[in-house]
Amino acid sequence: MRLEPRQDVGLVLLVAAPAGAIVAALVLAAIPLAFAQVSLLDAYRLMATGALGGQFAITETLTRATPLILTGLAVTAAFRARLWNIGAEGQLYAGAMAAVLVASHAWIDSSLVMIAVMLLTGAAAGALLLIVPTLLKTRLGVDEVVTTLLLNFVVLLFVSMMLEGPLQDPMSMGWPQSEPIAAIAELPDLIARTRLHVGFILALIAALALWLVINRTRWGFEMRAVGANVDAARFAGMPVGRVMLLTAVLSGGLAGLAGVGEVAGVRGYLALDLSPGFGYTGIVVAMLAQLNPLGVVASAIFIAAIFVGADSMGRALGVSSYIADLVVAFALLAMLVAGLVTRYRLRRG
Amino acid sequence: MGRRVPTGAPAGPPMTASPTPGAPVLRLTGITKRFGPLTANDAIDLALGKGEVLALLGENGAGKSTLMSILFGHYTADAGTVEVAGPDGVLRPLKPGSPAAALEAGVGMVHQHFTLADNLSVLDNITLGTDPFWRPWQSRRAARRRLRALMAESGLSVPLDRQTGTLAVGEQQRVEILKALFRGVRILVLDEPTAVLTPQEVGQLFQTLRHLTGQGLSIIFISHKLDEVLTISDRVAVIRSGRLVGERPTAGASRGDLAEMMVGRPVAASRREAQAAGETVARLARVSVPDPRGGTPLKDADLDLPAGQITGVAGVSGNGQGALGALLSGLAAPTSGTLTLFGDPVRRHDAGRFTRQGVGRIPEDRHRDGTVGDMTVWENGILETYGSRAYQRAGWLRIAAARGHARRLIADYDVRCPGPDARIRLLSGGNMQKLILGRVLETAPRLILANQPTRGLDIGAVAFVHQRLLEARRRGAAILLISEDLDELFQIADRIAVIHAGRLTQARPTESLSLRQVGLMMAGEEADNAA
Amino acid sequence: MDAIVDILLAVSFWTAAVRIATPLIFGTLGELICERAGVLNLGIEGIFTVGAMAGWMAVYQGLGLWGGVFVAVGTGMGFGLIHAGFTVGLGVSQHVTGIGITLLASSAAYFTYRTVLPDVNTPPRIEPFQQLPIPLLSDIPLLGPALFSQTALTYLAFGSVVVVAFVLYRTPLGLAVRAVGENPAAAEAQGISVVAVRTGAVAVGSGFMALGGAFLTMSAFNAFFFEMVGGRGWICIALVVFASWRPGKALLGAFLFGAFDAFQVRLQQSIGAAIPYQIFLMLPYLLSILALILVSRRAAYPRALMVPYRKGER
Repeated sequence: MRLEPRQDVGLVLLVAAPAGAIVAALVLAAIPLAFAQVSLLDAYRLMATGALGGQFAITETLTRATPLILTGLAVTAAFRARLWNIGAEGQLYAGAMAAVLVASHAWIDSSLVMIAVMLLTGAAAGALLLIVPTLLKTRLGVDEVVTTLLLNFVVLLFVSMMLEGPLQDPMSMGWPQSEPIAAIAELPDLIARTRLHVGFILALIAALALWLVINRTRWGFEMRAVGANVDAARFAGMPVGRVMLLTAVLSGGLAGLAGVGEVAGVRGYLALDLSPGFGYTGIVVAMLAQLNPLGVVASAIFIAAIFVGADSMGRALGVSSYIADLVVAFALLAMLVAGLVTRYRLRRG
Repeated sequence: MGRRVPTGAPAGPPMTASPTPGAPVLRLTGITKRFGPLTANDAIDLALGKGEVLALLGENGAGKSTLMSILFGHYTADAGTVEVAGPDGVLRPLKPGSPAAALEAGVGMVHQHFTLADNLSVLDNITLGTDPFWRPWQSRRAARRRLRALMAESGLSVPLDRQTGTLAVGEQQRVEILKALFRGVRILVLDEPTAVLTPQEVGQLFQTLRHLTGQGLSIIFISHKLDEVLTISDRVAVIRSGRLVGERPTAGASRGDLAEMMVGRPVAASRREAQAAGETVARLARVSVPDPRGGTPLKDADLDLPAGQITGVAGVSGNGQGALGALLSGLAAPTSGTLTLFGDPVRRHDAGRFTRQGVGRIPEDRHRDGTVGDMTVWENGILETYGSRAYQRAGWLRIAAARGHARRLIADYDVRCPGPDARIRLLSGGNMQKLILGRVLETAPRLILANQPTRGLDIGAVAFVHQRLLEARRRGAAILLISEDLDELFQIADRIAVIHAGRLTQARPTESLSLRQVGLMMAGEEADNAA
Repeated sequence: MDAIVDILLAVSFWTAAVRIATPLIFGTLGELICERAGVLNLGIEGIFTVGAMAGWMAVYQGLGLWGGVFVAVGTGMGFGLIHAGFTVGLGVSQHVTGIGITLLASSAAYFTYRTVLPDVNTPPRIEPFQQLPIPLLSDIPLLGPALFSQTALTYLAFGSVVVVAFVLYRTPLGLAVRAVGENPAAAEAQGISVVAVRTGAVAVGSGFMALGGAFLTMSAFNAFFFEMVGGRGWICIALVVFASWRPGKALLGAFLFGAFDAFQVRLQQSIGAAIPYQIFLMLPYLLSILALILVSRRAAYPRALMVPYRKGER
């Protein structure tokens, strides 16, 4: 048995691959569900209705998808250039903290301007955080996987420190959380009395923008070349270090925006449990989308559906909500196989 | 190929057929192997006699290495059988797809790209895989004893305790041969062994091979160099486009006959017309520069590159060519000395700048440095020029323009490919090189760095590259041709310098040099003036 | 300054240093074995977690401490085989597979724990490994108790360093592992199955990683807490580079790190009021990053690390 590169990939296969991975993940979910001794039929039914059954469920899914689209885009941008950004979680919290710092008080009159400033500072905070490990990589050859990972822990501790210190809400009775941001800085709801907020539209715009940058601009051209073959890119005269830095700004900025969105669109304040691992899940989102920014939207919505559905099913049947994390992990591994199938065919010996 | 070309191998008496050519030790029957749409081997039958040297002759890409890789178990054939004779002389089928089975059956291979672990010593590399895994100790003392005996017997000598990464290429090859002898092989395959040797080392290798066959070893010698094949082999099998097109005993085989079988059609050798040198386009003055890949650095090099001349640099790989190439590509800055380009000393060594100023660079490794495999033909076409107004405006790529550019290159440089949108990794080596050539030459650069430009290419592609380089020379470009192929250098270079251990000799007119002289200089010895 | 000297002279400091180092020794050894064979195993954090949970759960269910160790190692090896199936068998991205294994193993651990023990507020406890002082040696002042009055698993860690070093440098198997990580073609040409060696190395390495996790729940502490691994796996990845892929230096690196961590805890206790505790907690992570920066320039990576080997690929 050996693997032989395919000459071309049909569109059918490109779409069937992630679909197959998701189906495989849902099928594999039967194992933990059986271990928890629940009826499989009930479980799948409740997951489906919990995620997509009715307006409330759908808006919950889309709300949950918003930060996943942004972290998925962050990972996509980085991975396309072979910058292994595993630090999206920390960059998200950095963006959230910047939002709270900038928007606690209404020092700008216009809601539009205030929101724009908040988004920009949030993105900048995320970008700056990723620039450090990137510089260590380009100047000193330090592998960015471990540095971005370890910085996640550092950032979370820093946020904890801030929330127990200068940022603490005096009215929270000792609980580590920040003051709510000013009302004019909040992202308006898209549909009244739901949690779905304007951030979702911003995420969609970001996806389109990233797609355009990667495929239609010279900077995207450089990113793709550096990611696919850094030696050839260097030989051709591309400024590899600068390309990496630009990628870091894009990637960190997008993750930072995810943090701003959660604070300004969903919670209204910053607490330590703002993100249940959006940064890491973003990796799964990006891989399922095969590192295509437009695919990230669909992939994020799917994954969000799994989380929302599993939450609802878990509460109804008494199954631990970690089932969702298991399904997502299955999906990532299944996608690795599916991705291989799109690039290679199996041949005898 | 009509014209006689100076050859790498020193003339020697042709090998006489061994007294008992009879009993075959190896038989390949109907071997077929396909990779996707490409048929690398097409129903090949081959037999090897005991004590015989069989040459497998064919141009690059003909399928010789694939056939031998099937023998050694790296690949499994789609059809056909391999039979190897045991010590008792009886042919038995060989288990396919297993190098372990091949070694067990007495088949060994010296690969074209050495299979040595650089972080391990010579002794470790040789004993690797010879002790069973369940044993908690290595039998190094016994191995050392055996190796000393083997080295005395075969005349090959290597330092057993040095890391193979620190050895010179010729020494590494001796380790590879000893590795096979240590395993007790009765059949030894050598894949293009002379590509990395000086002419004198080639002579030594041939002596060793004759010695080994005298002791009963049977040898298959893969090569694309006609004259070497005629010197060392008893029989020649010619492979072309995956098929065995002919087999002859070497004694009495005619060069023309073999050449025609090898290529299948007449190929005109490139002619270099006399041309006067123009002004100096680039000059190295006492330049020392490191190799960004960690190879031998260039030391105190002086070199002039005049317009309208091809200046060749001969040398065994690993003697500083990487540093020299990196310097002229703009990828490495000198630690001392000055590089003068187009009359001005270079202050900023930057690949992009060099390209914009008119330096055309053909990289040594088209897969690693020349193309981005996953990108399309049109994207690779603008890999160096995407920043210019022609291909982008305010950051937006002008894709239609880039596609049109790719179509022009495909037409002008005869690049066989499905179209500008095909992934470039699908192209053959020759077509990839033609695209790179087109990308470089169409800007009419005044200085061209051609680093091993025909390595691994079939004869047609080689002729094409030579043609275009000579055209550029006629138009007045200065060309630096770094090449391991002495035949190529003597054919198209006006002057030749030799690089050894990071030092460059003076460039002398080709006519004033003999192969023997260049060979000696490549080995680091002073060549006298006698031809 | 006095505070520092006081800390360094306390026996409890050195004992704690060795205790904190133990899981790092196991983890670094495990990752070292994988990387020497050419495979980056980013599943380490998840395997630590699942080893911690599986070992503890086995003891909780009555299998005894060594039964727990056996279960933990087996679980680790199982996840290692999954990792190898993807990276060695199929040749897909080692980075992404590793993250996938970490996600899979962690969530499997948490899900299993929550499903078996759904309604607990305080995590139930088990009877952990007891201290096993070695007679005579443990009476040496200062270092005696630290090195020779530890639990069984710490002694196992010390022994493992010796065994791994011996196997790696003195046996044919170890030679094969080192060759496969440097130039798989060289090993293949000598008749060695690169796939088999790499798979075995990843499985064994993952077993060691799980042992590191089991130490946390069965020796250092006696219960399983969520997020208790806290990045130790990632720190081991940094330590492998720091150790230049050598078992002896891995032991040294783990010990230095353990000493630093024990030091910062005690420093916090003496002067802590002025500085927020989070700063102290950050220090181990920052130290790891610093260690990486210091050695990265000269790092002699196994040359075939992260390069998938596909036999017969053109």
